[in-house]
Amino acid sequence: MTVTASASETRPPVQRWLLVWALALAAVLVVFLLQDQLPWAVNYPAEAVVPVADWVSALMRWIKSNLSWLTRSITAVLGVPLDFALNLLAKSFKIGHGADAYVLPRLSWVGVCAVAFIAGHAVGGRKLGILVGGCFLYIALFGQWTSAMLTLALISIAVPFCIVTGLFAGIWAWRKPWAERLIVSPALDLMQTIPTFAYLIPMLLLFGNSPVSAMIATAIFATPPMVRATMLGLSRVPSEIDDFSEMAGCTARQKLWRVLLPSARPTLMVGVNQVIMLALNMVIIASMIGAGGLGYDVLLALRALKVGEAMEAGLAIVALAIALDRLSQAIAHKQAKGQTHQAVSPVFWRRYPHLTLALAILAATTLLSLYVPAFAAVPKAITFTTAPLWKAAVNWITINFFDVIEAFRVALILNVLNPLRAFCEGFPWLGAVFLLGLAGYQLGGLRLAALVAALTAFCAITGLWEKTMATVYLCGISAFIACLIGIPIGLMAARSDRFEKIVTPIIDTLQVLPSFCFIIPVVMLFRVGDVTAMIATIAFAVVPAIRYTNHGIRQVPPALIEAAKVSGCTPRQTFFRVQLPLALPEIMLGVNQTILMALAMIIICAMVGTRDLGQEVFIALSKADSGRGIVAGLAIAFIGIVADRLFNAWTAKARARLG
Amino acid sequence: MTEATEPQAVGTPKDARPIKLACRNVWKLFGSNAANFIRERDGKASMADVTAAGLVGAVRAVDLEIRQGEIFIIMGLSGSGKSTLVRCMSRLVEPTHGKVEFEGNDLLKISDAALIELRRHRMGMVFQNFALLPHLNVLENIAFPLSIQGQDRPTREARAREVIELVGLRGREHFYPRELSGGQQQRVGIARSLATKPEIWFLDEPFSALDPLIRREMQDELMRLQTMLHKTIVFITHDFDEAIRLADRIAIMKDGEVIQIGTPEQLVVNPATDYVAEFTRDVDRAKVISARSLMRALDGAEHGGTVSPDAKIASFSASIVASGKPFAVVNGTGKPIGEVTPQAVIGLLAGLDKPRAGA
Repeated sequence: MTVTASASETRPPVQRWLLVWALALAAVLVVFLLQDQLPWAVNYPAEAVVPVADWVSALMRWIKSNLSWLTRSITAVLGVPLDFALNLLAKSFKIGHGADAYVLPRLSWVGVCAVAFIAGHAVGGRKLGILVGGCFLYIALFGQWTSAMLTLALISIAVPFCIVTGLFAGIWAWRKPWAERLIVSPALDLMQTIPTFAYLIPMLLLFGNSPVSAMIATAIFATPPMVRATMLGLSRVPSEIDDFSEMAGCTARQKLWRVLLPSARPTLMVGVNQVIMLALNMVIIASMIGAGGLGYDVLLALRALKVGEAMEAGLAIVALAIALDRLSQAIAHKQAKGQTHQAVSPVFWRRYPHLTLALAILAATTLLSLYVPAFAAVPKAITFTTAPLWKAAVNWITINFFDVIEAFRVALILNVLNPLRAFCEGFPWLGAVFLLGLAGYQLGGLRLAALVAALTAFCAITGLWEKTMATVYLCGISAFIACLIGIPIGLMAARSDRFEKIVTPIIDTLQVLPSFCFIIPVVMLFRVGDVTAMIATIAFAVVPAIRYTNHGIRQVPPALIEAAKVSGCTPRQTFFRVQLPLALPEIMLGVNQTILMALAMIIICAMVGTRDLGQEVFIALSKADSGRGIVAGLAIAFIGIVADRLFNAWTAKARARLG
Repeated sequence: MTEATEPQAVGTPKDARPIKLACRNVWKLFGSNAANFIRERDGKASMADVTAAGLVGAVRAVDLEIRQGEIFIIMGLSGSGKSTLVRCMSRLVEPTHGKVEFEGNDLLKISDAALIELRRHRMGMVFQNFALLPHLNVLENIAFPLSIQGQDRPTREARAREVIELVGLRGREHFYPRELSGGQQQRVGIARSLATKPEIWFLDEPFSALDPLIRREMQDELMRLQTMLHKTIVFITHDFDEAIRLADRIAIMKDGEVIQIGTPEQLVVNPATDYVAEFTRDVDRAKVISARSLMRALDGAEHGGTVSPDAKIASFSASIVASGKPFAVVNGTGKPIGEVTPQAVIGLLAGLDKPRAGA
């Protein structure tokens, strides 16, 4: 950056950077070739490993032994509403003990299905009512009712908790800019990049293997979008409304609660929708530490390789996810559109006809279930099971296509995955720290360089370098293939409205599915291993690549396209010389998201036997080794943060150039 | 230059009404250390000084007095600082330097509680984009400032219904803002700001977001309300025609400075700078200029009629031209103080002749 004016004319900075990069790569190559002389620069020396994991373990042990009164009372307090919800939806209340215990029945499945229909009908019309009611009916008829209600009960307690916490944290961050900069933003980044598994370990340690610890893990994981939505919503309230509240003489409290937050309601509802979906995702994963429910069914079936059962439970998760997503989205949409006037009646049931009807149906069916067993539990006679069908299908495929699939799998492993893996794992750690730091310096200056280098170095000095690189390799290749598939689809969707109409519902559905669901069908075909992990990850991570590409191309201002046409561009020229360059920053954001989602998914794929940081966390989870798990979790988070920061800096630069 | 033209350039009688709100050397500067910058210079700085210090001068050295019951218009193009100035007057924006006096008391020195009290009961404000609360219906929106004060529901809703009646929105009580047209939304905004019976009424470009036809209708509506309510009005606009239609006095702002304050007639007849003259050039003079400005000394000719000194030329141009004789200008007691000739009127209408005090 110290080039004089005349020098920069003859040699533009881009070329200078090319030279720098060539030198840097050469240096790293030299280090790699000299690995006999400089072994410490390639493989981090084992004796210099900083035992962060032990420190964390010691800290957790201390917390466990000294603060158990706190964790126990938290468990007890949170257990009360949770037990209530579990009993209400799934387990029935038992009053008294033993044989003469009096049993208050759970809500009848007939009633719950009817209420789902009414809720859908109330917020989104008959079509939504049928969809939501249908999803619940599906769950009932396919024999997943009790498990699904366990899952739903956990969500129904965790979500309000997330919303309240998120709201207050968001308000705090909005009020105090220093709090946002120093505490809330970094915390949110970390909370969203630490893999879901890693949350489970300290919870398991502190709160035991119980629904309560699953709920706490869920609450922590699902809160960030609410915090962000609150901050965004509050900062988006028009300044005139802010001024008005001052002029009306609102106190600070009145202003916040009666003016700003209600005005921000549409944005807040978007946050609520995301909270619900993340909570569902996490509740499924938290089945490993005692959440029970649908996730546990999948887990058991996968462990026993019962493909059909896993698929059935997985489909029930899908049905639940779709129902919750469409319902909360319809509510958010309704909020955004605003209210319309209606005659207000003082009579409760006239004012809230849907609510009254729903309560009445619930009460009636539940009372009936005391006398009619068919209302209490879904009668066996009307349930279906598709498990044998799925099993037969898989058997048929394995019998007929085993050779093809196996050949594909082996070829992929031998020719692509293994060489790449060897390359990544052999990469000198010092070289990686240096190259990433250089990239950080070029894109964002010294501070970014220092951050990136420090985070990368953390992975090495904790002794996790090889596993880190194994994660990078699998995540990188999955994200790469996901982009290779996703960006062209996004481009096609942007150029054809008809194609977009087909793609949109598919990616909407892919997006709401909990990450667990992606593994099941792939495991059936490819069994366990890197190939399975890769394919499941691609399916999970392809969505943002498609979505952002489509959106990026479509948001190019029509005036610019008209200008291009008027200057005589062919459609091809318009696309390549106007639309694509202008959409590039947006597409890059999509790539960034794809990488982050791939990272999250790769970790969950540890369940299907990958050998990377995910496996490290997974092992730590089964051994309840908190230090090991948390450090590996941090390493994963740091990979995500490094990628995210570099991409963001790059996108910001590109944006600034485009104006 | 403000001082030269401000008090009574064309001989309007001195205004005896008490001063409601006054700005005394008010500054609003943006940038680091702005408060020290202006304090060190004792409240005096030129545009060049401000720019050299790396500051942005949104409002600079504004002095003005607004009298009880007048419609005082602050007019300027976008970026001239008029919105910031009006926000300084209500302390929505804290001025960097100077005094804002409300009935003689410095507004910048009162406590937060006193300020809230003042805003609740004595100030009202209408916004350009209405600033209605989207989650409340018309009735609740209008009753909102009262509910903030802790009034019970029957009392505040009764008052809200009164102002709904006043602005002609009866029957829409239960509509939500998004169901109303722009003009109706602004009526809600006006009603809401009137619900607390404020003494001083800030209108921040209230009609700028409306279609021209609706804008005209709302201006008439404002005049109708003012004849009933006699509020002290501070009205912001960028539309000079609107300013002339409504104003008792106009302050013209440019680059954060007030460059001239005067009645529409004073601005037209005696623009202080070329900038002001530029605004006034296309104004229909006959509607702005009064007999007083056009009259000459009596020369004993026969008169075809009489007019008062404040009568606008447009109000008697047709009859004076038809009669062909000069009209006598008589004051309140019926004593002639001068005369207006048909030639002078025709000259003015034809745009041939600038009035005698023309720039």
